[in-house]
Amino acid sequence: MKKKKINVAVTGLNAIDSPGPGVPVIRALRDSKLFDVRIIGLSYESLEPGIYMHDIVDKTYQIPLPTAGKATLLERLKYINSIEKIDIIIPNFDAELFNFIKLADTLKKELKIKTFLPTLEQFEERHKSNLPEFGKKHKIKVPYSKLIFNVKDIPSLRSEFTYPVVVKGKFYDASIAYSPEQVATYFNKISAKWGLPVIIQQFVHGQEVNVTAIGDGKGNTIGAVPMRKQYITDKGKAWSGISIDDKKLMSMTQKLIKSTKWRGGMELEIIKDSEGDYYLLEINPRFPAWVYLAVGCGQNHPEALVQMALGENVKPFKKYDIGKLFVRYSWDMIVELEEFEKISTLGEL
Amino acid sequence: MSSKKLQYERPVIQKLNVGLMNKFGTRTEYTPLTHIDGNSVRDLLGKFGSPLFVISERTLRRTFREANRAFKTRYPKVQFAWSYKTNYMNAVCNAFHQEGSWAEVVSGFEYEKALNNGVPGNKIIFNGPDKTEAELKAAIANNSMIHIDHLDELYLIKELAMESNKKPRVAIRVNMDTGVYPMWDRFGFNYENGQAWDAINKIMLNDKMELVGLHAHIGTFMLTPSAYGMAASKLSHLALEIKKKYKKSVQYIDMGGGFASKNTLKGSYLQGIDASPTFDQFAESICTSILNAGFTDTDLPLLILETGRALIDEAGYLLGTVVSNKRLSDGRRATILDFGVNILFTSFWYDHKISPAQEFSQYTEDAVLYGPLCMNIDVIRENITLPPLKRDDHVVVHSVGAYNMTQWMQFIALRPAIVMIDKDGNSHIIRKRETLDSIEKDEVLPKYLKDFKL
Amino acid sequence: MKLKKNLALSDSGFVFDPSTGDSFSTNPIGLEIIRMLKEGKNANDIKSQIVKTYMTDDASFEKDFYDFVNMLTKHNLVEGEKEKN
Repeated sequence: MKKKKINVAVTGLNAIDSPGPGVPVIRALRDSKLFDVRIIGLSYESLEPGIYMHDIVDKTYQIPLPTAGKATLLERLKYINSIEKIDIIIPNFDAELFNFIKLADTLKKELKIKTFLPTLEQFEERHKSNLPEFGKKHKIKVPYSKLIFNVKDIPSLRSEFTYPVVVKGKFYDASIAYSPEQVATYFNKISAKWGLPVIIQQFVHGQEVNVTAIGDGKGNTIGAVPMRKQYITDKGKAWSGISIDDKKLMSMTQKLIKSTKWRGGMELEIIKDSEGDYYLLEINPRFPAWVYLAVGCGQNHPEALVQMALGENVKPFKKYDIGKLFVRYSWDMIVELEEFEKISTLGEL
Repeated sequence: MSSKKLQYERPVIQKLNVGLMNKFGTRTEYTPLTHIDGNSVRDLLGKFGSPLFVISERTLRRTFREANRAFKTRYPKVQFAWSYKTNYMNAVCNAFHQEGSWAEVVSGFEYEKALNNGVPGNKIIFNGPDKTEAELKAAIANNSMIHIDHLDELYLIKELAMESNKKPRVAIRVNMDTGVYPMWDRFGFNYENGQAWDAINKIMLNDKMELVGLHAHIGTFMLTPSAYGMAASKLSHLALEIKKKYKKSVQYIDMGGGFASKNTLKGSYLQGIDASPTFDQFAESICTSILNAGFTDTDLPLLILETGRALIDEAGYLLGTVVSNKRLSDGRRATILDFGVNILFTSFWYDHKISPAQEFSQYTEDAVLYGPLCMNIDVIRENITLPPLKRDDHVVVHSVGAYNMTQWMQFIALRPAIVMIDKDGNSHIIRKRETLDSIEKDEVLPKYLKDFKL
Repeated sequence: MKLKKNLALSDSGFVFDPSTGDSFSTNPIGLEIIRMLKEGKNANDIKSQIVKTYMTDDASFEKDFYDFVNMLTKHNLVEGEKEKN
């Protein structure tokens, strides 16, 4: 069968020690039996490794940071599209998704660029600070949590929580506190950095498991592969992981996708306690950096996403290989100064 | 004949820092704004002096109609009331009155202003915690809607009602938990702890006052439409309970103001223009809540909105001129402008969008923008990327229509003129540049201090 | 005032300092000035050249020029001691 030629733009080329999902997503697309892809990399910084990996990325353009707003992003994408004729964009960063979701209609109508993203509602309701409501609405267990706005609220936590608790920032950061004094310390640190409110979450003892999944937006799970981290870096990122057989986890994933009608890629962070109960810790609204493990297990999620973005019907994957591992490694490329010069001064390479 | 010389630009060099914001595609941030509704910035400043506030009447009316449409397509009875404190230039107020807005005032001064503008007394909403006895008497006589903030005021109105042949038309301001922080519980009566009911009972059991409405104003620069939905539900619930208990329908529900404008709050990750909800989102949340609350068709209350900021912010511009450039000790570029925080009060909480008013190449520099005051706090933008501006270049600050022309201070310098550009592009001066006389005319100098020798 | 001899310049305005590994970006006028400095031209030569080519005057350019030179010094692109006026 002849492969279909398409141009796909991908962000998240930062294949560094705490990697973005761009490079693994591209590798998945390069493995596709359906598509012959030309990859347009979209980068924020001039040292994202993907920019210089010419067998992975065909051409890279710098794009403005999400803080510049969606109008600025649209201008830049118009320019890139005038040269590259992009068919599909796959954004891979949480922070940029808001702008891309808001632009999705315009991209489709004005530039004929397709995306396959969660809706704004799905994106918003899964925010960390909304997790308790999210759990209630979709009947999923989440660790008990409470938002606090003031140090004054800390002493009364004792009536609702048992220590330790996790103190979390609105966007990032999490620390485990064993006493009200520690909560106060983290509260001050985290609120200074990420603002209010600060989230106090019941600490759940157990084993963390992750799922990479993709939904069709109608409630069907197109694919899902669960993984347990085997070894983590000092930043808490998976260094190595293994695909596992866990029916309960799979049915929880399917239930969640059915209930939210999730559209696009996602990663679930879940904790399994000693009683065998599963608690949802977080939903990441995009593929994880370890999504290539799914390809290795027989489910090419990025390929399925491209098919759905093109409006094709995709049959759900029925099985995946159990006991496959991924082991992440690093690699020093040699880069000529001219290449760095081009991407930094012209914004293209 | 010498050949034509090239456009000059100040030489700049910047280190390529890894992790720094890249400049590609960010050009829209500093796209020059050379004209406002067909008027060149240079000509406006030449004619009216620098700095200068400019109000686009076209934007003002367009924004109002957008908001009006968002609510009227979702709810049968909608009334806007112009929030005077947001911008009480008479030209601005009257433009809103021409669009059909009532007046919403929070002081005797604003109340008088609204009457002078020709707003009928029964179309003025009188809010705020401090209304004097004389002001309340006038409001009762004029049939204005008096929104009661505290019990002392309630008792005072009760007393005044005994002496008057008119029945004061009152509403109570209700504060409540809508899941947002901070909760504005300093104004009005609390919903959750029963204060609101207590106040309602006191009014209903006294036949000298008429309870015409319920009012809430949940916060300022609100980015969550759902909080309004919750407030609308709670007010609706109160209205339905009143109907049940006293067989009396409340005429209106006043949702106050607080809708965010398109400005970017300091520290916000996203641009205001992307993060701020649209009128449609606010309207959807509020109207759905009232429609679903359980009113019968005939009992459906009038929905009043006191939106200020979101209606006028975008229509206002501040035009100014570069005074000087200097280099700070850490190597940062500092540009001094001829307007400061004394007239651009909102620069304390927004990262205002600021555009150059003339063409530049794509080269830029990171800079800090200072005002002209001899005060360390006079900072307009702590960090901004702009083309290399030079002395006498012009800049335009966007979205300054709300609160600046009312909160500005006559401090160190005199306040600038305000110009309104009408829908045909003609400019009208609506407030003259201050002179020494405008400040000194109310001063009184004791005779013995008149003379001195130096 | 002397610029470091081994500075690498390209038409795109990219400036690379091989001795430190730092890279910079400059606008066309900045590039023109750096090139003249490299050729050993002094402040007066540069000023008359720029004022001849561009719409500016002696006083305005002088101010900008010294600011620019300060930045070059700050970025460590100048050889040895600072020039004594």
